[in-house]
Formats: sequence, structure tokens, C-alpha cells
Amino acid sequence: MIRFENVSVTYDGAPGPAVQGVDLVVPEGELVLLVGPSGVGKSTVLNAVSGLVPHFTGGTLRGRVTVAGRDTRTHKPRELADVVGTVGQDPLSHFVTDSVEDELAYGMESLGLAPAVMRRRVEETLDLLGLADLRDRSLATLSGGQRQRVAIGSVLTPHPRVLVLDEPTSALDPAAAEEVLSVLQRLVHDLGTTVLLAEHRLERVVQYADRVALLPSPGAAPVVGGPAEVMAVSPVYPPVVSLGRLAGWSPLPLTVRDARRRAAGLRERLAGRDTAAVRAPGAPVEPVPVPRPRRRFGRARPGEPGAGPVLAAEVRDLTVTRDRVRALRGVDLSVAPGETIALMGRNGAGKSTLLDALVGLVGPDGGTVRTGGVAPHRASPRELVRRVGLVPQEPRDLLYADTVAAECAAADADAGAAPGTCRALLTGLVPGIPDTVHPRDLSEGQRLTLALAVVLAARPPLLLLDEPTRGLDYAAKAHLVPLLRALAAEGHAVVLATHDVELAADLADRVVLLAEGEVIADGPTAEIVVSSPSFAPQVTKILAPQRWLTVGQVREALA
Amino acid sequence: MASRADPGGRLRHAPAETSRPRTRPPLHPGAWWLWALALGTAATRTTNPLLLALLMATSAYVVAACRPHAPWARSYSAFFKLALAVLVVRLVFAVVLGSPVPGTRVLLTLPELALPDWAQGIRLGGPVTAETLLRALYDGLRLAALLVCVGAANSLAHPARLLKSLPGALYETGVAVVVALTYAPNLIADVQRLRAARRLRGRPDRGVRGLLQVGLPVLEGALERSVALAAAMDARGYGRGADVPPRVRRTTGVLTLGGLLGVCAGLYGLLTAAGGTYGLPVLLAGVAAALAGLRLGGRRTLRTRYRPDRWDARARLVAGSGAAVAAMLVLASVRDPQALNPGVVPLVVPSLPLWPAAAVLLGLLPAFVSPAPRHRAAPAPVREEPS
Repeated sequence: MIRFENVSVTYDGAPGPAVQGVDLVVPEGELVLLVGPSGVGKSTVLNAVSGLVPHFTGGTLRGRVTVAGRDTRTHKPRELADVVGTVGQDPLSHFVTDSVEDELAYGMESLGLAPAVMRRRVEETLDLLGLADLRDRSLATLSGGQRQRVAIGSVLTPHPRVLVLDEPTSALDPAAAEEVLSVLQRLVHDLGTTVLLAEHRLERVVQYADRVALLPSPGAAPVVGGPAEVMAVSPVYPPVVSLGRLAGWSPLPLTVRDARRRAAGLRERLAGRDTAAVRAPGAPVEPVPVPRPRRRFGRARPGEPGAGPVLAAEVRDLTVTRDRVRALRGVDLSVAPGETIALMGRNGAGKSTLLDALVGLVGPDGGTVRTGGVAPHRASPRELVRRVGLVPQEPRDLLYADTVAAECAAADADAGAAPGTCRALLTGLVPGIPDTVHPRDLSEGQRLTLALAVVLAARPPLLLLDEPTRGLDYAAKAHLVPLLRALAAEGHAVVLATHDVELAADLADRVVLLAEGEVIADGPTAEIVVSSPSFAPQVTKILAPQRWLTVGQVREALA
Repeated sequence: MASRADPGGRLRHAPAETSRPRTRPPLHPGAWWLWALALGTAATRTTNPLLLALLMATSAYVVAACRPHAPWARSYSAFFKLALAVLVVRLVFAVVLGSPVPGTRVLLTLPELALPDWAQGIRLGGPVTAETLLRALYDGLRLAALLVCVGAANSLAHPARLLKSLPGALYETGVAVVVALTYAPNLIADVQRLRAARRLRGRPDRGVRGLLQVGLPVLEGALERSVALAAAMDARGYGRGADVPPRVRRTTGVLTLGGLLGVCAGLYGLLTAAGGTYGLPVLLAGVAAALAGLRLGGRRTLRTRYRPDRWDARARLVAGSGAAVAAMLVLASVRDPQALNPGVVPLVVPSLPLWPAAAVLLGLLPAFVSPAPRHRAAPAPVREEPS
């Protein structure tokens, strides 16, 4: 269905080819997963299928790419639109119209399908993706997961024979990601659609793949094979594979189910060593037993928490309304210094809103927020920046300057810190980012670190991160985790909103689950995630009923 | 979606609202634009401040009652502010530059600037009379009312929805225009987001400097998004054409070009005294040829339309109510010019002419014919997470 013959792509002005020596045949009805570290040219390969490389991006494509027998050199993207459906990384930039229903119909309109057919397919797709309730909604008001589903739906309606997806689940909560993946699975099984997808969160997708194509490093030829054999040599792999490698299982299990069936021996070896006492290594500060403000009589008693340690942040009975929608209702949360809290929940559960309330980007409609002793929405920015720092979902929003050096200098000035503070922090976090490079040209991970350094220049006791691992590969994530642990060890309180259960398991002392704007669970990570089927990390699922969270813990216990 | 099930009971009203069947399709966008433009036409016929205020209030009421829950629907207030600015600018000009209205009631006298000979006829400063100010106020109000009417159209029906009614041959041009138009609202959203982000850097999030500093990143972001959108549109088949035989293509070109030439020649004929005889027929022939060209050109596009807006009875009522207001005011301006254009010399208190005012109230009809789809457009338990 898709055939790459010795393809190499060189962009204009680039010193070397972005990808080269790509020989890949994807037969009809197969789901092929494209994996590799950041920056190895996964997006280039994907866009070559839809013809956007080189027709739209420019550059030189050598070799030949054919899709359903059509050569992409002679067919423009629009002439491939009936056989290839493409969804890019950012669904928002994919939308042409402004309502859900129109968006689903747009592709079919361009292809000139009959109105009756369009009507039927729109209804089918609304049901298939669970979008029926949203059909009249404006696209701008949808949450991230909803947008992703609409974007996938919008390329599904013309019934393409090939579907190309770039990180379809990285913005989604675990349940929504599973929903999307099961839709893909159904398309492959029932309609014989060929799917080529790239994804960083391998733990979510690898078990669905028929084959895996690994791009090991920039400019290297891809390694293609069955998921198990490729995972055995891949530099990026999910926790289940990591555990399999640790335990020496062969062939490697890819699903939790396979791993569980092999894990009897491992569980025996680990027996008695588990218990909740095994904590994330490197987090020496015991979670301070903050008295959960109980509202036994409906109202919080004033002055109750006065006895405890000084809190980094305290939220009482908080209600926030955004765009006529109750985003938060009656939320209570206390954050102690040195504590790491993961906020989890569906897309749109109110996680980002809670973070925004903690830095005063939104004011409360009811209840109180205190961050470092002040009400954040009233505090002046200069005062606030020393109490709390937020790294937003899109770290680029924080960066204005055109070089890293200028950015760091500006951050020092903003924070009133000694010149060189931010740069020293950045070098400490990731060595080797040159001063002269433009923040835009950094990789996702480097940009996140730069934003983190900018925020940390003011040494805020409370650090908030919104979806920090979105778009990060395992290497960047592995770098971020010890870094945040070290910050917590220094006494920073860290609150992160994330969909990444593996990250939460690795990092958080406490997990707070939100749903429909309310806190539905709040407790130590082990307790909360172990009992939840969708928020449990893979290692927990494999080794249940023992309570292990990460491969690191298991490795330590075995050593 | 499973999440609809709400154990708390606090949202118990919500499912009933969201699962309510879609009772009525949205009104044809053309109807809203006709209604609003007709109201605007009515506004140009009068300078009576009472009538103009009534017109604006009518449009505001209809917008409040009918606008859908969508981000672009909020543009009304922006237009309102623009109208206010226009009014203020008009007044300032009248004060500084004076006006040819002969007035006797001097309110204050500004120091007059002596201008050289070649600038004769222009006056800077000097006496400001009540008559001048009042005339400027009336004129400014008329312009403001016009702007407010356009704003009403904008917030009731997104210009993009009008696209659906364009002939096939013009569709692609139309999309390009609309994409260009959405650039502006996206830009504003970006500015708001980045100014909020400035707060995170510890910089003041208000003020002009803040606006200037986010300028470059905002433009960069908007440009990147436009390029991404163009790529997505291309990959989704935008601009796909059907194969048409070269003969048809040539005929299309000849018809369109010839038709446009015919229209020009015909207009010229009509406007010059000598060409009274051939003007009209040539104009008509040109229009016919151009239309045929458009129709033939439509063959090249494969596009079909999904659920096109229907021109139904409600649309006719809405457009008709606007047209009625315009017609009545045109009639009134001929019959009773005194009441519709109250004089300023001598100063008189403008009176509210009864039947033109009643006619303006006809414009309220849409509020009852097509009230807002609010109950389904703004479901209570949306799980939104604006980022």
C-alpha cells in the first residue's frame, strides 16, 4: 500500500539529509508504528506519505514513494487526499471550518461526495468517535482530547485507505487515548485501513502494532520488524519492555497480559520486599502529613491549618467559572514544601484551570486561593514570581527573546536575581545549549528545560508544570525526572498536571484525581494509582497484587 | 460518552438539555447579513439621534437574543467600541477644525492657529459652536449606527458560513479570504495568551509595553499556524479540480472575460449621453456571459455541499423585516425629511417621529422568529480545559 524505495530527504539549507536509505513496504491493512528518539525524522517520513514532503515543505526527495500505486512525485497532496488521511501533531492547526460537524464534512466536500453519503458518514463518524454530543460545538471551545478526536474524525470521513498519524495520543488522557487507539484498531480490522503512526508514548501503542519501524538515529536507515524483535534493540521502549529486559525474558512481552503470565517468578523473588515503604528513590522528604481540610460541617473552619508547617499553597472550596462553564467546583488542596503532587484526570477535568488559579491567571468565583501567603490573582506579577512559577503546556509562550543568552538575561532581570543565575541553572539542567541559538530551534526537551530555568531563576518555592512530558521522548523524560526530584529535595513544592501515568508513578508523592472540576481522590501515589485501572502504571499492573510503581524500584530491590 | 453520567446530581438538569434533539437548523447566514445591511441602509437615511439610538438598540437586542455561543459571536462589543471611537474622533475633528455650519451659540473659543496663504479655507482652532458640535454628533452617530449594524451581522453569522452559498467557481477564492480573515481573531487570542504568560515571567501583564513585547512572538506564531493550516488543507483535498476538456476551459475564459468587458462597455454606454441606445443591451449581455462563465467554471470544481443552509420561511421573515425597516425609512426620508434630519440651525430639540420609530421596531422580529440556540450550544457540563 505504501512503498518507500531508497528514499532520502534533504531540506533546503540543511547540512545533511533528514532521513536517508528508507526502504519500507507497508502492505494493505497493516498497522505500522514508527518509533525513534526526537529529531530522527519521523515526521518527515510521515509527511512523505501524504506528499507534503516535498511538495509543500520544499527540499529534495530522492528515491520513490508510492501510495496505492500513485507516485508522490507526480501527485500533489490534494490528489492523494482520497487515499491518504493525515493528522498532524497540533489538531488546532488542522481545522479549516469552525464547528465540529462542518469539520467532519470538509474533506468529503472537497472530494465531491454526494450529500446523502456525506450525511450518513458524518453521523457514523460522530458515533464511532463519541462526538455526537459535541456536533454543534465550536472547535475553539473543545478540550485537547476532543480536538484530537475531531481531527481524526475529519480525515476518517472520506474513508481513506491509508491513515497517517503523528503522535495521536500524546495530548490525551489514558482513557481517551485508549478510545482513539481502539478506533484505529477497529479501522484496521474491519475496514482494512492501512495505518502508519508515530508516537512517543510506546506503552500505549506498541501492543497494537503489526510491525515496528525504528529510526535509531538521525540519517540512519530504519530497522523494520516485529514489535518484539525491534523493541529488543530499540533505544526507546516502554516500561513493560524495560521490565522484560531487566528480568531477562525472551521473547520480550509487549502487553501487560503477556508480562503478567511470565512474571510469576519475578513476583516470587520480589515477595516481601515490596510494601509501600519502597518510595521513589531520591525523594528524601517524607510527604508532610498535611491535615486534609475536612469540611465536616460544610464549611472549612478558619485557622485550622495554622498548626501545620507553612504551606506552599492552599486552596479552599475553590470555584472557578470559565466561559460560562464551571471549570472547578469546591476544590480543596494543600501543597506542602518539598512535596511533589501529580494532578490527574480526564482532558478538561480542570487540571489546567487549577494551575492557572494557583498563579492567578484566573481569579476565584468562590472560595480562596493562597500561594505563599498571598492571593495570587491580586498580587503584582513581580511579587508573585518569587512565590510561584508555572511552566505552561506550550513552553514557547514563556520565551520572547531571540537567543538563549538574551532570554536568560531577561529572566534574571525579571526575577531580580544576580546576573548569570538563569544561565547557570540552565547549564546545570542540560549542559551544552549554546548561547546564540534561537529558542525556536531547540528541541522540545531543551525548550522545556529553558522555560524551567527561566521560571526557576526567581527560586519560587512552588513550581507548577502543565503537561511537561507532552512531545518528550524517553531520553528527555529520563532527564526531567531526576531534575524535578532534585528540586523537590531542595524544598521546592512541585505540582504537575499530567496524563502520563508513568511519570506520575516515577515522581509524585501524592496524586490528586480531578473529575468534572471536583477532587475525587487525594492520597499517596501508590494508593491512588494501584487502585485505578486507567491510572496504574504498567509495572504496577504486571506485578499486582504487590505494589511496585516503577522499573527503577524493582531494579533497586533486586540489586 | 461515559462521563455524562454524573453521580453528584448537581448537574442533573444537564443531560436533558444536551440530549435535546436538534430542533431547528441555524438560520441562513445570508438572511442575517441582509437584515443587518438593511438596518444599516436605514441608518444612512436619517440623522435623527433618537431614531439612530433606537436602531442601535434594536440591533443590540437582537444580537443579545439570537447570537450563538461561539467565540466569534463576541465581536459585537468590539464593533460597538469601534463605533464609539469613530464618534469621538468625529467630535474632536469638529472641535479642532471647525465646520461650515453657521453657528451663533459659541460654547468656547480655542486659540486659532494662523495658517499660510496656500492653506486658505482650513481653520485650526477658533470658536466652537453648539451647532457645529451637534452636527458632528449627528453625523458621527449615523456612522456609528452603520458600524454597529455590520458588527451585528458579524456576530450573528460568521462570514465563513456565507461561503457555503458561494457559487462553486468562486469557492476557493472565498476560502482564501476567510482564512485571511480568521487570522485577526486568532491573533487577538494569541495576544491575550502571551500577555497572560508575561505575568508568569513577573512582568506587568497590562500596558502598551507589554503589548509591544509580545508582538513578534505573536506574529511568528500566527504565521506558523497559517502555514500549518495551508498544509492541512492541501492534504485534505483543497483545490482539487476535475479534469475538464481544454475546449470547455477556453470557453469559460472567453465567456468570463468577454462578459466583464461587456459589463464595462455597457456601463460606459449608460453613463455617457451618446450611448443611451446600446448601453443597456450590452450591459445585460455582459452580465449574462459572465454568469455563464461562472457556471461553466463551476464544472472544474468537484465540491459538493454538506447540509447547505436552507432559505426557509424564517430566513425570509428575518430578511424581510430588515428590508421593511429600510423601505419605510427611505419612504419617510422622502415624505418627512424634517423629522428624519432635524436641523441644527436654528437649534431644535429633535422629536421622535412616530411611524418611522414604529417601523424601526419591526427590526426586532428576528429575536422572536429565531431566538438563540443557547440551550444546546452552551451545555453546562462541558469538560473544557482552555490551555
